[in-house]
Amino acid sequence: MGYKIQIEDFNAILRELRRVYRVFAPVNMKGKGPYAGTDLVGYAEISKFEQVVYNQKTVYSAKEALFKPVETLFYFTEEEFKQPAIQTNKILIFVRPCDINAFKRLDEIFINNGPYKDNYYQQRREKVKFILMECGAGFDNCFCVAMGTNATDDYSLLLRPAEGFVACQIKDPEFDAYFNGFNDSMEITPRFVEKNNITIQLPQNMDIDNDILNNPLWQEYTLRCTGCGRCNFVCPTCSCFTMQDIFYRDNDNSGERRRVWASCMVDGFTDMAGGHAFRNNQGDRMRFKVMHKFYDFHKRFGYHMCVGCGRCDDICPEYISIVKCVNKLKSSSPGGE
Amino acid sequence: MTVNPYLPQSAKIISVKPQTAVDYTFIMESEIKPTSGQFVEVSLPKVGECPISVSDFGEGWFEMTIRRVGKVTNVLHQLKVGDVIFVRGPYGNGFLMDKYRGKEVVVAAGGTGLAPVKSMLNRSREYGGLTLLAGFKSPADVLFPDQLKMWEQDFNVILTVDRGDDNWHGNVGLITQYVKSLQLAKPDEVEVIVVGPPLMMKFTVQEFLGLGVPEKNITVSFERKMCCGIGKCGHCKIDDTYVCLEGPVFNYTRAKGLID
Ligand SMILES: Cc1cc2nc3c(=O)[nH]c(=O)nc-3n(C[C@H](O)[C@H](O)[C@H](O)COP(=O)(O)OP(=O)(O)OC[C@H]3O[C@@H](n4cnc5c(N)ncnc54)[C@H](O)[C@@H]3O)c2cc1C
Ligand code: SF4
Ligand code: SF4
Ligand code: FES
Repeated sequence: MGYKIQIEDFNAILRELRRVYRVFAPVNMKGKGPYAGTDLVGYAEISKFEQVVYNQKTVYSAKEALFKPVETLFYFTEEEFKQPAIQTNKILIFVRPCDINAFKRLDEIFINNGPYKDNYYQQRREKVKFILMECGAGFDNCFCVAMGTNATDDYSLLLRPAEGFVACQIKDPEFDAYFNGFNDSMEITPRFVEKNNITIQLPQNMDIDNDILNNPLWQEYTLRCTGCGRCNFVCPTCSCFTMQDIFYRDNDNSGERRRVWASCMVDGFTDMAGGHAFRNNQGDRMRFKVMHKFYDFHKRFGYHMCVGCGRCDDICPEYISIVKCVNKLKSSSPGGE
Repeated sequence: MTVNPYLPQSAKIISVKPQTAVDYTFIMESEIKPTSGQFVEVSLPKVGECPISVSDFGEGWFEMTIRRVGKVTNVLHQLKVGDVIFVRGPYGNGFLMDKYRGKEVVVAAGGTGLAPVKSMLNRSREYGGLTLLAGFKSPADVLFPDQLKMWEQDFNVILTVDRGDDNWHGNVGLITQYVKSLQLAKPDEVEVIVVGPPLMMKFTVQEFLGLGVPEKNITVSFERKMCCGIGKCGHCKIDDTYVCLEGPVFNYTRAKGLID
């Protein structure tokens, strides 16, 4: 079912929705950009439809709504562990198809991998519904079509901005009631990107053998990559974290255990006591990351981890491109050209 | 409420025994039910967590042998009998005990690698025959000296140190050279377990292969950085394998393909 809804009317619906849901969307954050005086498009709670930025890609993904950069797992009081209260609000997030598909990858790790479920992620996940944002022609560095992540039907509402109104598709009956009384109906189905400017050549029959390990192509990254980890932090599918305990300065008896985002590109990711570490240069780390996104996640779960959002290529201060890397891997490997 | 897999359980220290200047053995009162080769995440609120192998276990207790190397282990070594710490687990796969029943078994352990195999050495009667090759850096690093004496009564023990001192009258040299001198009647039927630092494992496995022990008869145990122990944090992953879930114990046929 679809409706044409005037912006003011839609904002009234949004007010009603916000009684039940926290609504997150990409917004323009003034002065938050990487350089003085620049802005950043990022996720924040919204109260008006006009705040939603449709014509740019967010720098960071929507994953932080469910998997926070820093999250307190426990508070310690004397010798007790206390889990922080879990927020009870339902969440609605404006997301693009690649990012909706990225949540499926996070679900795989946090919920399905191994016999235990990550309760912090899962409890939020159960409260989340998606509002699908369309991408028009797509953006710089996007390659979702090649990854098969350009489309999705895992959404509750589709909202398309138009001249003076919002075109709405209500797919999830939970939202029907909010749109009762609006009778300016229209046919609306999602339009997905069908062609990107960038294509990626996925190598077939790859195996992490000595050919891949000794491929000279990795050395380039040892020279160029500074190990800043930004490619991991912006990635909607990166799920690694490190535990961190802290105690409060004013009271030694209390403190907390946190988990913080970790990056396989940054020093320390594999360090063990006794000075042992693995993948000591950036080339080896690039290999580990690329193989995880395009090979071993697939081997374990049956589909690629990367959703082709291009954020890692957008952010890299050294202009390192994961797409170029994979294409070079393809042309220099036996299964390649 | 959903289960919180990160929530540890309390465990009371019922014995602390220094083995060397830096390795202490702790016996814990606890209801967890580990198997040989599994590990737990030891938790000290406000300090941190770290993975530690279960070195022995029984009804209502388990044992860990912990080397003092950093944040968590330094604080652990200051604790006394009666103190309470926290643990979660047991995690990991452990040794497949059925594989060894009635078989000729050779265990090669380097340094703290002796801890994860201790409990299976205590079950020597279940095997057809047992040889332990234990190597340490120096006489001061030898773990479980009392246990070693008892084991010498029950099965073949070859103890060696990299460097001896004036009071050392035993073997000197690396484990690898003692593997060479093993008299294996039927090398293709021997089951081998190798646990220790990465390079020790690599070269020791090569020696056993050289003696004609088939790859599928060799088992190794890996150590990797681990933050969660339950397949979430990503630190222990090699290729598509999570060492905390599918390991830390691996058959060599699989282990040899795991390239970091
Ligand atoms: C499955 C498994 C089983 C284990 N079993 C045992 C066990 O039975 N007994 C045991 O003692 N340990 C065991 N370990 C190792 C143990 O987990 C680490 O020793 C522990 O995490 C150290 O934690 P920490 O907080 O004390 O040290 P941290 O402060 O976290 O670590 C010390 C850090 O300092 C650095 N460091 C330490 N020593 C050196 C050095 N010599 N040179 C350079 N850098 C150094 C390292 O980067 C290391 O990360 C096991 C590990 C795994 C994965
Ligand atoms: S690897 Fe790069 S392109 Fe792929 S999902 Fe992550 S950030 Fe997006
Ligand atoms: S963003 Fe670029 S420089 Fe930074 S770690 Fe990633 S590849 Fe290396
Ligand atoms: S220790 Fe966290 S994934 Fe294995």
